Amino acid sequence: MFSFCTDPATLDRLPWFACYLTTGVHMSFYVAFLKVVALLVVTAPVALGFGFLGAMAARAHFAPLSLVGKTYIAIVRGVPDIAFFLFFVIALDQGFEWVRHKVLCPDWDQPIRQGNDFVVCAQAKLPLGNAAQWVHETYGFALAVITFSIVFGAFAANVLFGAMRAVPHAQLETAAAYGMSHGQVFRRVVVPQMWVYALPGLSNLWMVLIKATPLLFLLGIEDIVYWARELGGARMGRFSSYPHPDWRMWYFLVLLVFYLCFTRVSEILLERMTQRLSHGQATAGGDAQRDAGLA
Amino acid sequence: MSACLQTIQDYALRSIGIGERLLPREGFTLCEQVTLIGSGMIWNVYFGVLSLIAGFFLATGLAVAKNAQSRWLHKPAEWFIFLFRGSPLFIQFFFAYFLFLSLKGVHPFFAPFTAAWLGALVVLFLNTAAYSAEIFHGALRSVPRGDIEAADAYGLSGWTRFRRITWPTTLRLAWPAYTNEAIFLFHATTLVFFSGFPAWQQRGDALYYASYFADKTFNPFVPYPILAGFFILFTLIIITLFGLVNTRLNRHLPQQTRQRLRLRINLIR
Repeated sequence: MFSFCTDPATLDRLPWFACYLTTGVHMSFYVAFLKVVALLVVTAPVALGFGFLGAMAARAHFAPLSLVGKTYIAIVRGVPDIAFFLFFVIALDQGFEWVRHKVLCPDWDQPIRQGNDFVVCAQAKLPLGNAAQWVHETYGFALAVITFSIVFGAFAANVLFGAMRAVPHAQLETAAAYGMSHGQVFRRVVVPQMWVYALPGLSNLWMVLIKATPLLFLLGIEDIVYWARELGGARMGRFSSYPHPDWRMWYFLVLLVFYLCFTRVSEILLERMTQRLSHGQATAGGDAQRDAGLA
Repeated sequence: MSACLQTIQDYALRSIGIGERLLPREGFTLCEQVTLIGSGMIWNVYFGVLSLIAGFFLATGLAVAKNAQSRWLHKPAEWFIFLFRGSPLFIQFFFAYFLFLSLKGVHPFFAPFTAAWLGALVVLFLNTAAYSAEIFHGALRSVPRGDIEAADAYGLSGWTRFRRITWPTTLRLAWPAYTNEAIFLFHATTLVFFSGFPAWQQRGDALYYASYFADKTFNPFVPYPILAGFFILFTLIIITLFGLVNTRLNRHLPQQTRQRLRLRINLIR
């Protein structure tokens, strides 16, 4: 990358070190950091949406719907989330292929599950067998995003369900007394008011989400963990122009520091947001601000 | 039925190296899957119980240190807690494994640390100590001032006051959150064999066997629900045991003011 990397005279000087970190493969490593950020940026709103739907379902007066919502929330309790990650990636993949198979090849008469194989017709394969490499990678990433959203949606549903119930009941009764319908009370009172109660839980969830991103590796994505293992491994002079001993420990140290910085910055930002949202609220945080004369 | 008994005999202790050496290769029966995944739970329980017990003591020390006046005590405790709570456990496992691997080259003393039974246990122990210390620290700060003043009035001070007044109240306040921590630690034990630590002779934990079956049969709908069943069962056991302790911690309080165990399970690392 740098011009001095071609000059053997710099070998014993410190800048030579930079040559290790600017090889072509390392660019994939740096792109993998963007993948982590992309995952967070996409997953957070989608999971919040799932959570909102889940919480609304759990609140519903219609019993079967409420049962569905509560089951969705409860199912993530008691089972390690990593099991869900491993499960959903295969299950979703097979689910999509099964649906496409039913639609695209209606006259296929063999069973789909043949012993230890899952067989669908060639047109139903996802992505198609002749698709480009990037399609495969994008499909894998999309599956990962959906999986993360489903699991974290359940966590978010749990938080939002609690937050909706925490909105002071008197406010809801007042709104009803003004003649608002059920939906109006929900839209105009519950939803705007619940965020301050949901924020501690949601910020906790954001931290947990950040710390769950390395699990992408288990979903078969070439993420930072994958590249840290690849690039850190010992390289022989015969196979590489930049031989080095086993550096995986240092690569993972870099990842550790990356995550520490990430969580620390998030913590500070979320703290500020809590301050902003507590402003004028009938909560302990809001009272503290009033006492301090900020309001 | 007798075939299943035979399977249980062969594989029930497979994860710790007793019984049949070879894993089933094809024609997986439901019985084999349940037995092997259950056998893997031995490791989950091993990691969970030992690191929780050891972590409890370190966490108490860390919480007291973080609460101390002296900079030299509370700064290191804060940093330790931040280091382990601020980074993913998965990365901690990887880093620790490769750290032990390079230390092994320096001195053979570190050789056992590269195996999961010790290396992963150390990481889990430090990790749960950090999370529990934060919980205990919060509880320590919310011990009612009146309790401390009453202890002072009775002439209790220093170690006696801590042991007889502060610490029991801290535990009582922290217990619901600590129950959650125990559950999460238990769930986190499933990460061990996916994070660098090798499963020697295919002796892995429950998730290791579940994913083995899912890979071989390409059917996730059998092994993962079995795994989920086992974990829900063990989570219920944890809740029951911790509930018993909670009752004991609260036994001196009038019935209404007793703190119910409220489980808010929305954390993983």
